[in-house]
Amino acid sequence: MEKFLQLTLTGLTNGAIFSLVALGFVLIYKASDVINFAQGDFLLVGAYITFAFVGQMGLPWTVGVFLTMVLAVLLGLLVERFVLRPLIGEPIISVIMVTIGLSSMLRAFVSSIWGTTGQPFPPFIPNFNVNIGTAVIPADRIIAIILAAILLIIFTLFFRYSREGIAMRATADDQQAALSMGISVKKIFALAWSIAAVTAALAGVLVANIIGVSGVVAGIGLRVFPVVILGGLDSIPGAILGGIVIGLLEAYTGGYLGSGLSQVVPFIVLILILMVKPYGLFGEVRIERV
Amino acid sequence: MLALNNVEVIYNDVILVLKGMSLEVPKGKIVALLGSNGAGKSTTLKAISGLLKPEDGEVTDGEIIFEGEKIHHLDAADIVRRGIFQVMEGRRVFEHLDVEQNLIAGSYTRKDRRNIRQDMEQVYTYFPRLRERRRQTAGYLSGGEQQMLAIGRALMARPKLMMLDEPSLGLAPLLVQEIFEIIQRINKEQGTTILLVEQNARLALEVADYAYIMENGRIVLEGEPATLKENADVREFYLGLNEVGKRKSYRDVKHYKRRKRWLS
Ligand SMILES: Nc1ncnc2c1ncn2[C@@H]1O[C@H](COP(=O)(O)OP(=O)(O)O)[C@@H](O)[C@H]1O
Ligand SMILES: [Mg+2]
Repeated sequence: MEKFLQLTLTGLTNGAIFSLVALGFVLIYKASDVINFAQGDFLLVGAYITFAFVGQMGLPWTVGVFLTMVLAVLLGLLVERFVLRPLIGEPIISVIMVTIGLSSMLRAFVSSIWGTTGQPFPPFIPNFNVNIGTAVIPADRIIAIILAAILLIIFTLFFRYSREGIAMRATADDQQAALSMGISVKKIFALAWSIAAVTAALAGVLVANIIGVSGVVAGIGLRVFPVVILGGLDSIPGAILGGIVIGLLEAYTGGYLGSGLSQVVPFIVLILILMVKPYGLFGEVRIERV
Repeated sequence: MLALNNVEVIYNDVILVLKGMSLEVPKGKIVALLGSNGAGKSTTLKAISGLLKPEDGEVTDGEIIFEGEKIHHLDAADIVRRGIFQVMEGRRVFEHLDVEQNLIAGSYTRKDRRNIRQDMEQVYTYFPRLRERRRQTAGYLSGGEQQMLAIGRALMARPKLMMLDEPSLGLAPLLVQEIFEIIQRINKEQGTTILLVEQNARLALEVADYAYIMENGRIVLEGEPATLKENADVREFYLGLNEVGKRKSYRDVKHYKRRKRWLS
């Protein structure tokens, strides 16, 4: 029971972080049909920038994280404006190649400034242990889950009720019709990229807080693929649920069946689910009416 | 209020679709733009609303003037903000959003956000069926309900000029009747000027104050509905009321398909 609780907690932490990363990924895909292979590197950049502000320059972490968010928005806007926008209308494979190129560039940028060896992250989440029943649970994980959950709730409300959130979904549905409402599609793309960059940067900070800053942080970003395929490439609730399911699956298989299997079993489950639901659990079905 | 002077539109840099198109829409009126399939009616509306860009179309000559200012170089968002709203052909509701979210999308450019609730209520009084379905995903509404939603969405923008592209397309006659009545009410009660594109000439001539008939990218005939209804060509080709023995055979063949459409 104690082990189960521990594993559940680990799974939920990782899952909540996967969900955050997947959210940004899905947003970009929905708005502009781009599969962003650089999503993992947004985590990396976010983690290192916070590390620079808080760990190296000694700023209070609230200020450091805030500045990181500002820089992440800028990064998202720059990438959208100068890398992706010129590619509108190009074949999808060129766009994918460009995001892969962007990924290498960001990685090179990080290693040229901070080197390639991992470093400890200044713990901004106080680390103490909480006793739940017989289980001893590190508080940083619980706090990471709570922070991720708050972010996910904010975004869910944003897409359901806010004018800009609804406009984003409208653009994803029918670009020309969105244009006819006076929605600026350019602005929506920019918004999608900034949100994706911010959520990824924050996820990067949460990951780094647990495992320190190193190239591994970007690897977490790559695990987003099973998540979005499971949830449905174009579904925001799917991204959130998919993240949590994959997080838990990895933790349980790692804990009960051995760590070698923890990355494999989620893929097996994924394939089984796709056989039943080809659009993913929540993927938007083409609505066909007669 | 709106004037097109000799407008020329080219798609993909080569396909000339509008060839010197001119028309005028006076404030507060309902103006009908009629013509058979492929005449360039939708292109005309998109030229006005700035929606040609995503289709690689461009106004290459002439001018479009709205309330005294040239608007053919503005982008779609600016044109909506100035008060022109196009209800696109084929309804084009946001399928994965619910009815209410579609209406909110329609109000995107509104500055007076406080009045939006109240306007939503007004849409629901015009279309009570939308109120019942306010939480339903728009993609699953019937064709008629989607058309109502498309018009409701336009109302949410409080446009000065509403342009409707074939609102009767694919709907049962009774529904078409209902929708046309509401279009007339919107015109009277809200004072919204209306530019109505239709293939269904008979109905459009019932509600319009003035009508244009277009062929091949330009206007070939215009006038008050009463006058047009008396015109022999209109009767024959647009209303399907041919008088026996008066048909010219080659035109007959050429227009056969078309005429069948008008009859429906
Ligand atoms: N995006 C486009 N690219 C090229 N040609 C087009 C495009 N849209 C319409 N056309 C052509 O322009 C002509 C007029 O089309 P349209 O304006 O849709 O006519 P209508 O609405 O009167 O049926 C047609 O011959 C059509 O093939
Ligand atoms: Mg048309």
